[in-house]
Amino acid sequence: MKRYFPLFNTFGLITLLFGLSLLFPFALSHYLEDGAQLAYDEALLITVGAGGILWFVTRRHDGELAIREGFLLVAMTWTLLPAFATIPFLLYMPDLSFTDAYFEATSGLTASGSTVLEGLDNLPPSINLWRTQLCWLGGMGIVVLAVAVLPLLGVGGAQLFRAETPTPMKDNRLTPRINETAKGLWAVYFGATIACTLAYKLAGMSWLDALMHAFSTISLGGFSPYEASIAHFDSILIEIICMLFTLFAALNFATHFLAWHRRSVTTYWRDPEAAWVIGVTLLSAFAIALFLYFHRFYESFGEALRYASFNVVSVATTGGFVTADYNQWPIFAPLWMLFLATFVSSSGSTGGGIKMIRALVLQKQALREFTRILHPRAEVPLKLGGAVVENKLIFAVLAFMLVYGSTMIIITLLLTATGLDLTSAFSAAVACLNNMGPGLHQVGPTNSYAVLNDFQTAVCAAAMLLGRLELFTLLVVFTPMFWRK
Amino acid sequence: MKILILGAGQVGSTLAESLVSEQNDITVVDLEAARLRDLQERFDLRTVVGSAAHPDTLIDAGIEDTDMLIAVTQSDETNLVACRIAAKRYNVPTRIARIRASGFLKCPELLEDDGFNVDYAISPENILAEYIGRLIEFPEALQVLRFAGGRVTMVAVRAVTGGPLVGHPLKDLKRHIPNVDARIAAIFRGDQAIIPDGDTVVEHGDEVFCVADTDNIREVMRELRKMDKPVKRVMIAGGGNIGLRLARSLESGYQVKVLENNKQRSAFLANQLQTALVLQGDATDEDLLEAENIAEMDLFLSLTNDDENNIMSALLAKRMGARRVVALINRRAYADLVQGGQIDIALSPAQATIGKLLQHIRRGDVAAVHSLRRGAAEALELIAHGDEGNCKVIGRKIEDIELPPGTTIAAIVRERGSAQLGKVDQIPSSQRAAEVIVAHHDTVILPNDHVIMFVANKRVVPKLEKLFQVGVNFI
Repeated sequence: MKRYFPLFNTFGLITLLFGLSLLFPFALSHYLEDGAQLAYDEALLITVGAGGILWFVTRRHDGELAIREGFLLVAMTWTLLPAFATIPFLLYMPDLSFTDAYFEATSGLTASGSTVLEGLDNLPPSINLWRTQLCWLGGMGIVVLAVAVLPLLGVGGAQLFRAETPTPMKDNRLTPRINETAKGLWAVYFGATIACTLAYKLAGMSWLDALMHAFSTISLGGFSPYEASIAHFDSILIEIICMLFTLFAALNFATHFLAWHRRSVTTYWRDPEAAWVIGVTLLSAFAIALFLYFHRFYESFGEALRYASFNVVSVATTGGFVTADYNQWPIFAPLWMLFLATFVSSSGSTGGGIKMIRALVLQKQALREFTRILHPRAEVPLKLGGAVVENKLIFAVLAFMLVYGSTMIIITLLLTATGLDLTSAFSAAVACLNNMGPGLHQVGPTNSYAVLNDFQTAVCAAAMLLGRLELFTLLVVFTPMFWRK
Repeated sequence: MKILILGAGQVGSTLAESLVSEQNDITVVDLEAARLRDLQERFDLRTVVGSAAHPDTLIDAGIEDTDMLIAVTQSDETNLVACRIAAKRYNVPTRIARIRASGFLKCPELLEDDGFNVDYAISPENILAEYIGRLIEFPEALQVLRFAGGRVTMVAVRAVTGGPLVGHPLKDLKRHIPNVDARIAAIFRGDQAIIPDGDTVVEHGDEVFCVADTDNIREVMRELRKMDKPVKRVMIAGGGNIGLRLARSLESGYQVKVLENNKQRSAFLANQLQTALVLQGDATDEDLLEAENIAEMDLFLSLTNDDENNIMSALLAKRMGARRVVALINRRAYADLVQGGQIDIALSPAQATIGKLLQHIRRGDVAAVHSLRRGAAEALELIAHGDEGNCKVIGRKIEDIELPPGTTIAAIVRERGSAQLGKVDQIPSSQRAAEVIVAHHDTVILPNDHVIMFVANKRVVPKLEKLFQVGVNFI
């Protein structure tokens, strides 16, 4: 038991900080007197208290975390913090079941953006702020935040970081020290959020709306304080701003950091993913606009382009804002958008899915097999951005795809087994596993996940956690090997 | 001239051999005594065993009164250090180093006086890769040489029955292609050099050296043989330094396949190359060549370190249907043996490189030297300095110049405005437009002309140098 004390110590600290972040909606609630003050008083007390006590009791054990404890910490953080995050929801809405509240909190922290709440427009501003703030905090990982903000967690930081951003290229260090890297990433994240807030404000939102939407945009979450999402504003300017910042967030933040650090945009060109992310998204947006126009879904091409581009960008990058009920579009369009959502986001971004880098590895591996059939003696390495990808990594990607595919099938089966229709079940599985947000049909953009029963809600919450932690980070904790001494 | 050569590898040895025959005092330094013994047995030179970067070895080799240091050891670092020592400690006037790593060549300031004091950096692999690159551009040529920064080209072409000029005297050339000015600088029939005049008849099998403006050279070649289709598919056997450089420079424009026997090396090559296909296997493996469509290859180059292997794989490739085969051959005896037979071109790395070195060793203002016919002949680009009073060539018609036997003036490159004496230097070189004049008997040489000459026998080169020197005694 004693070897877990450093783990509890760190977790206590994270919970404490997470609790302190409640101060923001707490202050807003008291300032506006929106009726949720009591909920925040108690939530703050419980979260800060629990975290503080845990941290204080184990304070003598702030030692180094081994790799295993690192994984455990990440798993604990992501499964338990949503539980703490539910407290304001549960206290303000006593009718809400814990499962639904947990789903909502998980959806926020994993930056998915699927909601079970109805009548968002009538909720107190502080509750909506808390929802979008969860997206923002989750967006780049609460653990990274802790590393960046608190150098006292510096020990064992490398392991944490490894567990947190499990993409194939993660060993590509930006700075010699992990603390500096995390700080740099957060500086970019923070800067982008401020820029996004200002842009929304200038485009006509109120300060509070601008901030909440910026939180949701930069984290690719998709929570909006309005039922109608971005469509509430019906402003082309806001839609364009949202698209630009969504695309920004769908790129690798490490690339943004390097571009800012070196004051050069060539880093984007050298990023093997960036051009594909932008290219695939924009081409698809244009193609779907044409498709909709020729199906006479929209009167003018301009209108088709406006709705197609916004929703394609938003869904493909797993952002989750909507301006049109794409459920009504001919089925090819939403299916294509769901397909995009599985791979378009770049590694190191706040998006979900298998990430563009894995898609590129898969595509190149397929081509490589063709070459090998034609030239049995050929030496064909798989290269990304000029660097060779080792076979070990390719196998890891293939294994990931296998687990990813089976997880998707299992979730779909579980949802259909409990009574959901196929379209809704499949789209919910895709939307949750890829941290995208709305699905199709019953869980479509104009509906919410409130139609699901408790079991289905729990399955979807689990899918979001699995997706956010890229399956292996979470699943490894459940293997017998992990617990073997 | 006292010349110190560091490194007795292929380049070092060939260089020593070539320079010894030109009345120079040569000292060769190498770590391996056996190599040096071999050199000393064959040529009249001094050898010193030891590390080329150590001051005591260099003193033993007589660096204190050396006129030129040529550092061509296997290691870039040794070459750089030797140049630095030679410059800082012993004031050697000219220092030439072989640099392989492209990183050094990309930062020229490292080689300047504050850096490693290298006057001229040469990279044999680059030179050879460029040389082969030009052969691919002109697939019919045996050799392609560039002068005056690429404005003038000299090609060696084997005359084949069917070319309009074959079987006709040279004066018909003017009639065949009236708007192209070209000159046949020399003809080799068998091993015999013929200095051509208008009545010389070109025969099938002759090796003809023609000179023309680079833009026109294809038309001239068309006179001597049927033109081939342009090269599209290239197979390179041997992925050493040269093979890699070549594959890298060709892969964007051609379909390139590289054969490499060593598993590790082929993995390395595959990492380095983008679109070229790297195959792991032996270039003399018939099944592999068959499977990789050798019969469809426009060019097969065998560039391994092993002469015998290169010859065998090139012969095999030719028999299996490769259109043109090139073999890299270091040993002169082998090269003479195979060239002109089944193997289309025998390449000698040392010969290709040596021109660049000779350029710095020759007296007078030499802009380019190309070694031809395994070092027996030379093509030179000399710059005429001075004026009518102190130079024997300026202001004279070509027919009036007393050229040493076996020498032809093939072309002149004249910078516009150089007719007004002394004005040229005031015009920035980028704005100077040069004009290519193919030499005729009545062409007059002006100051600052680049004179491109063909010398059938290298022994007369010193006389030629003297001819172009500005001498006070001719006033």
